[in-house]
Amino acid sequence: MSDNGVLSGTFFMNGDEACAEGAISAGCRFFAGYPITPATEIAERMSERMPQVEGVFIQMEDEIASMNAVLGASWAGVKAMTATSGPGFSLMMENLGLGVMLETPCVVVDIQRAGPSTGLPTLVAQGDMMQARWGSHGSYEIIALVPSSPQEIFDLTITAFNLSEKYRVPVLIMSDEAVGHMSEKVVIREIAPDDLVSRKKPRVAPEKYQPYKPDKDLVPPMAIAGEGYRFHVTGLTHDEKGYPAMTAEAQDRLVRRLVDKIRLNKKDIIKYEEVSTEDAEVIVFAYGITARIARRAVQQARDEGIRAGLLRPITIWPFPEERVRELAGQIKAFVVPEINYGQIVFEVERCAGGKAKTILVPHMGGAVHLPQTILEAIREAVR
Amino acid sequence: MVTVVNKPIDQYLRVDRMPHIWCAGCGIGLATSCFIRGIERAGLDLDKIAVVSGIGCTGRVAGYVKFDSFHTTHGRALPFATGLKLGNPELKVVVFSGDGDLAAIGGNHLIHSARRNIDMTVICINNFNYGMTGGQMGPTTPLEARSTTSPYGNFEYPFNLPYLVAASGATYVARWTVLHLRQLERSIAEALVKPGFSFIEVLSPCPTVYGRMNKRAKGLDEMHYYQEKSVIRNGADPKEADIAMDGPIIVGKFIDIKRPTLWDYRRQVLDKEFEKKRPQPDKGDVASHEE
Amino acid sequence: MQSAKGTFHTKLWRKPFDHEEKSTKPGKVVIDRERCKGCGYCVEFCPKEALKMSDELGPKGYTNAKVADQSKCLSCGLCEIICPEFAINLEPGDNKK
Repeated sequence: MSDNGVLSGTFFMNGDEACAEGAISAGCRFFAGYPITPATEIAERMSERMPQVEGVFIQMEDEIASMNAVLGASWAGVKAMTATSGPGFSLMMENLGLGVMLETPCVVVDIQRAGPSTGLPTLVAQGDMMQARWGSHGSYEIIALVPSSPQEIFDLTITAFNLSEKYRVPVLIMSDEAVGHMSEKVVIREIAPDDLVSRKKPRVAPEKYQPYKPDKDLVPPMAIAGEGYRFHVTGLTHDEKGYPAMTAEAQDRLVRRLVDKIRLNKKDIIKYEEVSTEDAEVIVFAYGITARIARRAVQQARDEGIRAGLLRPITIWPFPEERVRELAGQIKAFVVPEINYGQIVFEVERCAGGKAKTILVPHMGGAVHLPQTILEAIREAVR
Repeated sequence: MVTVVNKPIDQYLRVDRMPHIWCAGCGIGLATSCFIRGIERAGLDLDKIAVVSGIGCTGRVAGYVKFDSFHTTHGRALPFATGLKLGNPELKVVVFSGDGDLAAIGGNHLIHSARRNIDMTVICINNFNYGMTGGQMGPTTPLEARSTTSPYGNFEYPFNLPYLVAASGATYVARWTVLHLRQLERSIAEALVKPGFSFIEVLSPCPTVYGRMNKRAKGLDEMHYYQEKSVIRNGADPKEADIAMDGPIIVGKFIDIKRPTLWDYRRQVLDKEFEKKRPQPDKGDVASHEE
Repeated sequence: MQSAKGTFHTKLWRKPFDHEEKSTKPGKVVIDRERCKGCGYCVEFCPKEALKMSDELGPKGYTNAKVADQSKCLSCGLCEIICPEFAINLEPGDNKK
């Protein structure tokens, strides 16, 4: 471990631990959380590691407090994160919206477990995917990443911090209990300071500063508390000065900018992985732990002579619409396995626009798919 | 002829947003004015002050004072303020919110923040109802008082906020009315400077709704009630300070004690741990075998 | 670092009126009619009844307070601090002998 407490080297750790280390490598120095299976290990590791890197860990009284403490710390100028699972994610929704409205950089991790409600606390599911997009009220756009291995959760946590700082928006990491609790090799590389993004600082004197006056990229520079900018920010619809503005015009301007800030920068934000899609007749669209099983099924299908491919979103929100639309024109069908009763499949279907079939392979939760199940769906798709 | 005047207090206000939205006779403006004079009295660095408020009439205070200020969600000013303070311990964090925001939806955060004795000052304006939404009963509405959700009289016994917060661990607890201008100003100055969780309950008229529904339709009626019925008892046991409809109001500085703050305890624990050895990641992990 | 001290504490307040053998001169109370909402606190609580409610409506449609009799003013500053609207400014009278 280096002098400043940040790790580097090759480790054998589980997804939760890798997520914590990713945050630390990204410069996260504040964590507020609440115990919840299967994300508790993130809080536990952070409680140990934050003091080692001169950060602050606090266990708050509930998830709502955790989300708010993260926002507060971010406004004090610190990169901040919280982690939870389904029930806590639901609690955090209102204040995730506050984070969006105040344009606060932060990272929220959801290690999904089977729901609804208390569900199966210790077992995997992917049932919060739509909630990630639409969970808070109002019209807004969010960024959500889906890792499928401990190594990837380490890498994507760094990406999440960078995106949240660049676009001044909370970024979600939609992982699952399988990835969170599986232990694998994780290479923790040294991150060069230039590879880490921090929020833009104001370039004008405090008297001239307007907290929500955007630059060309639609992202306003962010002042933090205690530096003399004397700003006011509010969850009410506001104008560029940050003052409440109770008009339809102000609402139109603000909501459009908050959404366009993400939508117009999709090319920078959206990432996905493709395996043998060039000549595919059927493509499996899978994410998270399911993608790993899908990889096997695709391989088996290829062995049988079916031209199968895999499209694995790494960014799930904003959804990789263009690529799905493009591929829909070239293939017979999308096969969408997910550990829920159909969530992302509807996005795939929407983007496929009827040009390709969309076949859901659901699993209600509690376990992962078998490659066999996905393989059968692939066979069915090309019959 | 309209008289617009340059006033010294304007340097602390967002004058481009004046006049403020509070009703004629509302005491929130008074509490804010005492707050500003309390800051002056305490001689604070204005750039380090961060005001966090919740939702409600009192929540609007954040928008009128010229400090770094945050108008957050209902009941969540305290955890937001906690994050701010822990993120930058040099900030002077003040939470300005109402009785409903702090004691109903925010009740859990109130008791935990007091328990932790986190260094911040909370000014709770108690106008005995939810004013902004039209005068519904809240956790401090006296028994039998009328409100839009207790049209036959409130049948829930209210909180005694100084008692609640003192029992939870606050180290400075006071209650004043907005009529006690000088005492409130002094209390605020003391609370701002004192390390630890300081809580000041400020009783205020709400003539437009609570007052009107309870035979005190003018701010002056409520102020006269304070004049007649308030009794200053510094050092009183907060347990004795329940407020009944039209009953006596015990005001004063009830609690002013010393207790380590959250940051003190944290430093105590971490210093003990980190004196022992150079920090290592968790033991029993292949992680300690680095390449 | 920016701080302001003493703007309000030089006013005559809670000192005996023969303090250092000075006599109080009436101060100039200026009421901002754009902000005054006619709550009546200044009028009610002025110890010398130097203020009163106006008969006319102000620019915002409220009945404003106004100075009734400036000669009665003690420069105590209560009106200034009891106004919830930040509408009153007192220029204290010169209280040197």
